[in-house]
Amino acid sequence: MDPFKNVKSIVTPFDKVNVDTDQIVPKQFLKLVQKSGFGKFLFFNWRFDENENPKSDFILNDPKYDDSKILVAGDNFGCGSSREHAVWALQDYGFSVIISSSFADIFFSNCFKNGILPITLDQKIVEMLQQEINPVSVDLEKQTITTDSQEIVFEIDSHKKKILLEGLDDIAQTFQLEDKISEFEKNSTIPSVL
Amino acid sequence: MGKTLFEKIWESHIVSEKQNEPSLIYIDRHLVHEVTSPQAFDGLRMNNRKVRRPDLTIATMDHNVPTDDRSLPILDQTSAIQIQTLEKNCKDFGIKLFNIDSPNQGIVHVIGPQLGITLPGTTIVCGDSHTSTHGAFGALALGIGTSDVEHVLASQTMWLEKPKPFEIRVEGKRKNPHAVTAKDIVLSIIKNIGTGGGTGTVIEYRGQGITDLSMEQRMTICNMSIEAGARAGLIAPDEKTFDYLRGRQYTPKNYESLVDSWRESLKTDDDAKFEKQFILHIDDIAPQVSWGTNPGMTCDVTESVPSPDEFSNGDSNQKKGAQKALDYMDLKVGTPIEEIKIDRVFIGSCTNARLEDLIEASKVIQGQKISSTVRAMVVPGSQMVKKQAEEMGLHKIFTDANFEWREAGCSMCLGMNPDVLSPGERCASTSNRNFEGRQGTGGRTHLVSPVMAAAAAINGHFVDVRKLDLN
Repeated sequence: MDPFKNVKSIVTPFDKVNVDTDQIVPKQFLKLVQKSGFGKFLFFNWRFDENENPKSDFILNDPKYDDSKILVAGDNFGCGSSREHAVWALQDYGFSVIISSSFADIFFSNCFKNGILPITLDQKIVEMLQQEINPVSVDLEKQTITTDSQEIVFEIDSHKKKILLEGLDDIAQTFQLEDKISEFEKNSTIPSVL
Repeated sequence: MGKTLFEKIWESHIVSEKQNEPSLIYIDRHLVHEVTSPQAFDGLRMNNRKVRRPDLTIATMDHNVPTDDRSLPILDQTSAIQIQTLEKNCKDFGIKLFNIDSPNQGIVHVIGPQLGITLPGTTIVCGDSHTSTHGAFGALALGIGTSDVEHVLASQTMWLEKPKPFEIRVEGKRKNPHAVTAKDIVLSIIKNIGTGGGTGTVIEYRGQGITDLSMEQRMTICNMSIEAGARAGLIAPDEKTFDYLRGRQYTPKNYESLVDSWRESLKTDDDAKFEKQFILHIDDIAPQVSWGTNPGMTCDVTESVPSPDEFSNGDSNQKKGAQKALDYMDLKVGTPIEEIKIDRVFIGSCTNARLEDLIEASKVIQGQKISSTVRAMVVPGSQMVKKQAEEMGLHKIFTDANFEWREAGCSMCLGMNPDVLSPGERCASTSNRNFEGRQGTGGRTHLVSPVMAAAAAINGHFVDVRKLDLN
């Protein structure tokens, strides 16, 4: 995984609540066996009409947001299916920061495995950021979001921060605890399946 | 201070922990399917890693398998490739696979318990959010993303922040348990606590309303924990649990000694503390029907489609969401639920496609025909369920009523195979999600119990199934 880089871009305001991962990537695109190229399927059914032409009233089809790297979403973002394809699509499309008042647990966890920074903030601040028309900076090291008029501090646990900043491979980290895993297995009373 | 069941399972699976960091948790059972695993196996190959414990890993194909004639080749090439990819991955990495021809094939959350792979007190993961189903056996069962699938394949562990224990007490006794089902209980819970109500928690369902339920009904409850946003849902095992798993194909040889220890250990202490609590009284609850585009948008069958104002309780974003849902569902505020006409009926999914579900639905249908304006299908949750149902003659009841009787799979719960709604079609579905486009682009889903789905098929619209003679 590539280390997370600080971003500065305009935000894409996306005020829908309870956006489920079926909307982020509809099921017809889950049949692919690779991780790349999912950006074109992002919000597919909201973004395109039945002839696959862009719907003019959908926010991502407004060229103003073409270079936005920050999605400011409504409450309970990423609920429903565990499909990591949702995160692959957001990342491939160009988002590296997602801000909301709350995230669904599995989606939240999937973000960190793919170098996306999900930031949870108070709903009032989220709504204020959705109104922000000038570029916003996100600094993970300092844990700040800076707009023209203010600096907002966000929380992130130190372990997750380290993973993003260093682009760590989870599995390689875990393998350093190989002894402990073997020790656990020796004492386990749960029989194997077969 | 005492501990909750969840905390006990958690603590007995910690491989490594540090303060204020996620813990490394050992995984006893890993279930794998075709849709969320290919990229995980690719990751292993790229890094020259192997599967640490193939003996704790079981695979099947369920999400995109066709449910019609299995002797024919799979026409959808991308589905065929995904299925072949799983076959190759299981062969290369030495994983036991129940493929499309296996008598054990079926929805992963149906076959796990049926085969005795799911066990109390264990940790179970699968790259599917409805893994919470297995919590019905007192297991800590978590849905995970593909990166975690890879991590578990490689290390048999995963990093997890400890969720908070959430007690949901279901009190009382249903007056008509054939008409007011486990599905109605869990939809009532989600309606009350909302689709984010369980975020960051593991729910333990307790109380007489839960212990009264059969194992299959308990699975329906735990299955939909994720629809309330919970990391998992579980129910303390009791004699019903132990009886269900006894003598199944993969039940461990030392099962009885395991049961002896589970009887002692797998319960929440009287003085344990939950971080959150919700109580549902079920004496008078009605059959439920969802009207919107998430499972929290649900009401009694005797009610009318609510207005966005009523639903949102003053939250402007929720109000907008409800309005959008009504537009998508093409429903008018104030329409009685019983007057909503349906085009399709789907009895299936990891929520409601077990033998009891089919038995209950068949009682409604027996000797009748479905409405001429409705197309209806039954998709048993596994080949084993299908076989058992056929031995009881249930398939005849369904096909005589003009239901389609299908092969096992996820089918129209998520429409990854050819079983989909056409745009604008309205479906009474026993599945778990009524999200926009879930069952087919432009399709409209109403979540209901198998009994309600069956009654809707006969009548062409929803009915108060409490008025039917179901005994």
